[in-house]
Order: sequence, then structure tokens, then C-alpha cells
Amino acid sequence: MQRLSAQNVTLGYEQRVIAENLSVEIPDNSFTVIVGPNACGKSTLLRALSRMLKPSAGQVLLDGHAIGSMPAKKVAKTLGLLPQSSVAPDGITVFDLVSRGRYPHQGLLRQWSQEDERVVLESMAATGVAELADRTVDELSGGQRQRVWIAMALAQQTPLLLLDEPTTYLDIQHQIDVLDLCAELHENQGRTLVAVLHDLNHAARYATHLIALRGGRVVAEGPPAEVVTAELVEKVFGLRCQIIDDPETGTPLVIPAARKPARPRAVPTAAEAAAGA
Amino acid sequence: MTVELPTGRIRSRSRTVRAPGGLSLRAEPRALLTGLLLAAAAAALAVVLIGTGDFEIAPADVVQTLLGNGTPAQDFIVNDLRLPRVLVALLVGAALGMAGAVFQSVSRNPLGSPDLLGFGYGSVVGALLVIVLFKGGATAVAGGALVGGLVTGVLIYLLSYKRGIHGYRLVLVGIGASAMLIAGIQWLLTKAQFIEATRAMVWLTGSLAGRDWSQVWPLLGTCAVLFPLVLSQGRALRIAEMGDDAAYALGVRVERMRMLLMLAAVLLTTAAAAAAGPISFVALAAPQLARRLTRSPGSNLVTGALMGSVLLLLSDWASQRAFGADQLPVGVLTGLVGGAYLLWLLVTERRAGRI
Repeated sequence: MQRLSAQNVTLGYEQRVIAENLSVEIPDNSFTVIVGPNACGKSTLLRALSRMLKPSAGQVLLDGHAIGSMPAKKVAKTLGLLPQSSVAPDGITVFDLVSRGRYPHQGLLRQWSQEDERVVLESMAATGVAELADRTVDELSGGQRQRVWIAMALAQQTPLLLLDEPTTYLDIQHQIDVLDLCAELHENQGRTLVAVLHDLNHAARYATHLIALRGGRVVAEGPPAEVVTAELVEKVFGLRCQIIDDPETGTPLVIPAARKPARPRAVPTAAEAAAGA
Repeated sequence: MTVELPTGRIRSRSRTVRAPGGLSLRAEPRALLTGLLLAAAAAALAVVLIGTGDFEIAPADVVQTLLGNGTPAQDFIVNDLRLPRVLVALLVGAALGMAGAVFQSVSRNPLGSPDLLGFGYGSVVGALLVIVLFKGGATAVAGGALVGGLVTGVLIYLLSYKRGIHGYRLVLVGIGASAMLIAGIQWLLTKAQFIEATRAMVWLTGSLAGRDWSQVWPLLGTCAVLFPLVLSQGRALRIAEMGDDAAYALGVRVERMRMLLMLAAVLLTTAAAAAAGPISFVALAAPQLARRLTRSPGSNLVTGALMGSVLLLLSDWASQRAFGADQLPVGVLTGLVGGAYLLWLLVTERRAGRI
């Protein structure tokens, strides 16, 4: 039995049902990535796993208990979430924002322990934002800001961390930067990470466990090397493609089929170049 | 007990006090200092205000009389006539300031004050109904204001509820409700006989004139229950400013907290209106002014309340100085000053690109 799982859940908003009778287990100590086309229910599933959305049937289990009936602060010490959109209060410093991640560990008479301070400093160091500690969050770049939010989620010290599209709105170098950071947190700190990602190639490179959804159903799950095949990509995304090995990591790399047959690249041959010179 | 500075060069706005046994308290020195100064200012203003009127009393004599060492004449004027009025001002200001801070934080909007959201008008309609249709006495009017404000509060909450409360919808529903309630007020005023209309107009402007101990006790009771309740949610409220998802993830039961706080804020607003009529703009201005003094991100609940007291006492003192005792209801002055402040707020918010 894994720590976090969804058991036969029905998920939806008001009348619209997005997934029915869906069951998912998050393997402990994995970096699980949920992929699928738009509107397949991947963010909805993540919201249910993080108790933001209450299933209309079935239940989400955390350590064997229905997550909805557990005390909020107790869940917050076990399971963290990096939401898609958060608002940094005007003029707050990086240190103070990351400090707010300690909220579930604090109380009216225990507002700021030495432990809190140590964890906040460690979290900032682990995400590489220690240098920015006394800057205000407003003045940071998008990539830096995302690191700060991740630092806040880390300061919560949860063995499980859920990330809802952590790379959205970021430049490609910041996307890789954030994913590298996630991989590092997974490897070095032994946390279980669950992320929703849009980019299948990012998912295949970073995930240890992949869950592919379509129409609210799990189409395939397992290690990316086994799951990511040309047939599956066509089945899940409706995209014809070929799969090659990522030259950097050896993980599967999806190359979408071209609209037209291949034609030679317009690079001059050695002879032409010599003739031209 | 030791005061610790944050390690190294890290600048946090907060300082920590720790005691053995795991006790640790955290506060922002600037906010603490602002609060102390505002409290001192409120106390000083209260003493000056008690001495102000047709029969002037020096501040030193006021303090002596409050301590029980005055002449019988001074004792009557200070303790029976003016102290209750000043206490009503103090409590109404604090209640409005705190309610405003709660609503601005919940709606994440500096315009989200009970005045603009229509709760104030709800109280007015309740009070006017009692005055005009039932010709009720002062206690019944206060009750009408209380019921009107509460009913409006619940209706606005339900109308703006859609998978939780969101700032913009709350403000828009509130503005719509205000428009309808104002129409109701106009209708009631046209229905009123001359005497009731005059009473209604006096009530409508918000006044501290002739307030006695019978207004102080219910107001004090309400504040004594609601202030600690609101403050107990202060830390959660700060977390909720980061967005519902982030707050939920940190273990705040956002919807429950918000409903509790909004109910408390509506009760504070209507209790204030029941005691002194609809005093405009204190709830709007006090939290914003407090925030500019503390420079603290967050809801500024305590400083907002203290600032509310200072604003109302100051307005009352100014109106008595400029126009003589009980010539100009204090609501007119707060309305004038508050209107100017609202314009300034709109201009700066617009310049900052937020509206």
C-alpha cells in the first residue's frame, strides 16, 4: 500500500464530470509525472490528490486515512502543494515568504522556533535563493520567483510534494532549471514528488513513474522507458510520432511526425562551400 | 528570555522573542511601535475630547476626574455625560477599523470596505424601517440596524458564493446591493412623515451626540467577544492572502475561516451602526492608513482598529472645535474627509495600474 492513492474517485465541477471511477497509486519515493492532452483531467486529479477538490464518489487516501476527514494542519505536515497561481503579498521579502511555509508547524505560542529558522535557511539554500533572502519577491524574475515558491513548499517539510504545472509561463532555460531542481530534491532528499507537466519530453526525461491520462482514464503507467511508445503517444495525444533515445539521458524522446516527407537540409556540402569561397 | 536577531545579513521584518519550553513569539517592531503610538494617540485624544464642549475642562482635571478625584460637577460632566460618548467613539472607530481590515483582506482589494460593499446601507434600511414604518424608539432602531446589516451580509455572501468567495465578485455584488439599498432608503424617506424624516436624517448622517452608557455596554460586549475571535484568525488570514490554494496547502481551512471572519466583521459593522449610525469611510480609510504606517504586508487588524479609533475621535474633536458642540454630526466630517481620501486612493491605484 502506497502512502498516497485515489480509490475509484469520481471528479468534476458542479454538473460536469471529468473522471469517473478513477484509481491511481503514487509509488513512494517516486518522481511521478501525470501527462495527457488538454482537458484529460490531469490537473483535476492533482487537485483531488491535494484535497483541493472533494471527490463526489470514492476517496483519496493518505497513509490509509480519507484525506478529507483528516485535520487540515496534519495533512499540511505530510503533503505539500505548489499551486499554479499564488499571490505574493505586496512588498514581502523572500525570507518572509519562505517562512510562511512553516505555518502548519506553528501555533499561537510557538510562532517562530529555532527549528523554523533552520528549515527556512536550508530550504532557501536547497533551491538556490539564499542570496535573494532580503530582496522583495516583486523584483525577482519569473524563474527566481518559482524557486522561491518551491522553497516555501520545501519549508513545509512534507515527505510528499505535489506540483501543478510548475514550468508554465517560464522560459525554456527556467523550465529546465526548475525541473533539474525537482529531480535534485527527489534524489537528494528522498521526497515523493508528483507533478503535472504539459511537455511529454520533459516528463519522459525527469519522471521515474509516468501516468498517462485521456478522458479521465489511466491509459498507461510505469517507467517512461516502458510507457512512452509511438503507439501510446498516438493513443493518448492523437499524435503520430517516432520515439528515439534522448542523446543526453537515454530516455525516450518524442519526435512528432512531419507534415511533409523529409527533405535534405539546406546546408551547403563541403564541395559547394569550397566552390563558393 | 532572549531577543534574537535573524542570522547573518538576512532581513526579515519580524523579530522573535523566545523563552525556555518552546515558547516563541514573533512580531514586526515597526508594527508594534505604530500600534503603541496609535494607542497613546487615541488615549490622549479621548482625554482632550472629554474636556471639550460648552463647559471646558483641562486635560489634567479630566484625568483626575476619571480617577475619581474630581468635583461633583466635573464628575457629572465627565463620567455621566462625556465619557460614554467618547467610549462609543473609541469602540465604533475600532470596530469599523477592524471590520474594514478584515474585508479588505478577504476581498484582496483596498476598496473592499463594509461601506462600499453595502452592509452599511443594510443597517440603514433596517433602522429606517423601524423609524418610518413602526415609529420605534432608540433601542428598536438599534435592533433594526443590527438585523438589517446581518440580513444584507448573509444575502451578499450567498449571492457572491460560487465555489468559495472571490474578491472581485464580492465587490461587484456589494456595489449592486448598495445601489438597491440606496433606492430602498430613498423610498422610505419619501414615505416618512415630517418628524420621522427628521429623525431618519439625523440617524442617516451618523452621530455621536447624546450617546450614553446604554449604548456603551452592548457595543463593549460585542467588541469583547469579536475582537479576540478576529485576532485568533489573524495568522490564517495572512496566509490566505497568498491565494486559496496556497493557504489550503498550508493547512488553513480557507472557506470556514473566511465565513467566520466575514460574519464577525458584519457584526462589528452593524453593532457600530446601531450605536452611532452609519459612520462612513472609517472602515475604508483606517486599515489603509495603518498599512502605510506599518509598511507591513498583511491585514493590519490591530493597527487598523486603533487607527479607526484615532480617526473617529479626531473627526469628532475637529467637528466640535470648528462648529461647536453637536452642531455638525461626526458622520458628515468623516464623509467629507473620507471622500477626499477615496479620490486619492483611486488616483494612486490607477497610477499603479491596479484598477
